[in-house]
Amino acid sequence: MDQPLYQFIVIPIIKIVVILGVLSLIVAYLTFFERKVLAYMQVRLGPNRVGPRGWLQPIADALKLLVKEDLVPAGAQKFVFMLAPALIIVPAFLVFAVIPFGPATKLFGLLPEAIPPYLTDINIALLFVLGVSSIGIYGIILGGWSSNNKFSLMGALRSGAQMISYEVPMGFAIISVLLMARSLSLVKIVEAQQQGHLWFIFPGLLGFGIYFICGVAETNRNPFDLPEAESELVAGFHTEYSGMKFAFFFLAEYTNMLVVSSLATVLFFGGWLRPFPNVAFLGFLDLVPPFIWFALKVACFIFVYLWFRGTFPRYRFDQLMHVGWKWLIPLSLVNVVLVGLYVLIAKG
Amino acid sequence: MSEPLETLFEGEEMELSFGPQHPSTHGVLRVMLKLDGEKILDAKPIIGYLHRGTEKLFEKEPFPQCIPHTDRLDYVAAATNNQGFVVAMEKLLGITIPPRAAYIRMILAELQRISSHLLWLATHAIDLGAITPFFYTFREREEILDLFESYCGARLTLNTMKIGGVPFDLPDGWTATCSDYINRLPAHIAEYETLLTGNRIWKKRTIGVGVISGEEAIEWGLTGPPLRGSGVRWDIRKVFPYDRYNEVDFEIPIGNNGDTYDRYLVRMEEMRQSARIVRQCLDRLPDGPVMAKVPKVIRATEGMVYGSVEAPKGELGYFIVATEKATEPYRCHVRPPSFINLQALPDMVRGRLVPDLVAVIGTLDIVLGEIDR
Repeated sequence: MDQPLYQFIVIPIIKIVVILGVLSLIVAYLTFFERKVLAYMQVRLGPNRVGPRGWLQPIADALKLLVKEDLVPAGAQKFVFMLAPALIIVPAFLVFAVIPFGPATKLFGLLPEAIPPYLTDINIALLFVLGVSSIGIYGIILGGWSSNNKFSLMGALRSGAQMISYEVPMGFAIISVLLMARSLSLVKIVEAQQQGHLWFIFPGLLGFGIYFICGVAETNRNPFDLPEAESELVAGFHTEYSGMKFAFFFLAEYTNMLVVSSLATVLFFGGWLRPFPNVAFLGFLDLVPPFIWFALKVACFIFVYLWFRGTFPRYRFDQLMHVGWKWLIPLSLVNVVLVGLYVLIAKG
Repeated sequence: MSEPLETLFEGEEMELSFGPQHPSTHGVLRVMLKLDGEKILDAKPIIGYLHRGTEKLFEKEPFPQCIPHTDRLDYVAAATNNQGFVVAMEKLLGITIPPRAAYIRMILAELQRISSHLLWLATHAIDLGAITPFFYTFREREEILDLFESYCGARLTLNTMKIGGVPFDLPDGWTATCSDYINRLPAHIAEYETLLTGNRIWKKRTIGVGVISGEEAIEWGLTGPPLRGSGVRWDIRKVFPYDRYNEVDFEIPIGNNGDTYDRYLVRMEEMRQSARIVRQCLDRLPDGPVMAKVPKVIRATEGMVYGSVEAPKGELGYFIVATEKATEPYRCHVRPPSFINLQALPDMVRGRLVPDLVAVIGTLDIVLGEIDR
């Protein structure tokens, strides 16, 4: 077979199909995971009727949403209304093109040569992630605006303001990682943590805190779930959406949770690396394949998300802005200075 | 640059119909909002979506058969609704009820107060975004409903008091189950408090929200926790004791600032005090009949009477007008606490944000069944 064709067409397409397939399945089961975890936190059982122990519930949900009537409210901007769900879900999935799930692998000797399990490693991966994921907000704003519903509009406006304000401290928190890793490539960032013998969480604890708070706010999850605050705005920006279009908003929210968790793993928790990557006597931990380590770390963050939801009330809009502008931004600036000093002293 | 700065930034006003079908208007309340962005310029509650003509129905029913209608006023606190009506009727007819009946009534009414407050806490917390307390409180509320069920067969619309006493004596083992429950309750209340009382977000959402001063509260005629939260020590059980409330020992918790957080604390403490009353009643439960001697067909003496009880939401009063030898009320007006408390809503939310409206509706603890009647 022609070598470039094989390398640039066939393998990437296989990877894309696998990543998209696995990702959709994970996102679907994330809803199941959330319902179960919340249920156990709230002294109830959660879904347990469809399939053994409810394991087929996400499939049933998807089928239900597929066959539901697809309504477009009177007076809605039809084209924009249809466009918005696509605008939010495409960037969410697109980000996974650059997330490194593990190092190059032969898949237990099944492949003749080692292939990296991620789609691509571009040298501006981090900028790509930030840029692409901010496009998702257009989906929310346009969806809320085009619905011709005042609750949707308010949800969209809230979400616009929220995402813009929280992107700033998030960016600064990420800069602190860049200072330590000296690269924008996500693979290089993980490798830098291996060479540094230390995950970036230890010098970057404050940065991680800021990053994760902003991440929760970016994904509109509790306690920052104002754009869809059920008790205030009915369902916020997706009040008028039904059927598959609603499912897209729903999937995008969960995919974004995965994005934030994956990025947190890569930036602060050593990506696919095992704990203490270079300590020899912990070598037995290498028996666990790298992408399992990655998945485990991501799962922990997802659990924290659900834990938040089970615990906290919701901020009010002005308080959210207050936290963002008056606390997180100054703190993240301080963090950049501190990490800069650390890098200066530790690495000369 | 001729325009003054204020008008340059002035937004367009938006009218928003908040309800009657909305997740957090606690039924079918509709609030017409005038908004500037998220700021509330004016709020106007619109009621009547649950009007069933209860007061008119009273005029067609013999006195004892009015009681089931009272169940449907504040439908999450049927026992205290019954109590209000029978207390007023006994005042009109001059009936004294046997002590055992009074104690059973007090137990039922205080359990009902706890269950109503548990429901309030559940919905109030959900309104402010905390979903978990809902399931915890409903676990405890379930046990109260089980107690009601084993006493009178009904869980929600109890119809459990009669003019002159209560319809049944307590079944065997009921007091033991009840006392076991009451012993466990304070630990459960502490559990809710760990989730909410010290939580920074909960405090931020409730402190200073929906403030009403003691004087204003009295002028609006507020009763119940909204009045006590503003620091006014007023409780019908203390000031005009009915049944045997003068024989039990309990305190009236009050707040200082009259905000949502204080009303929250007041209600949490009220649950503990109610548990205390139930405990005393169980310990001192006298023997004897549970019904006074009352004729089969109750005929009124001419006159009018106002009898009121402290319902979970405030003062619940019945004003009954009867003609000589009549078997049904000529007129029966209900003074529902929720209806009067709701009046203060526009004042409490004007100039604040939409999320505060939800908090204030929750903290007033309204039930549309008794507002619309």
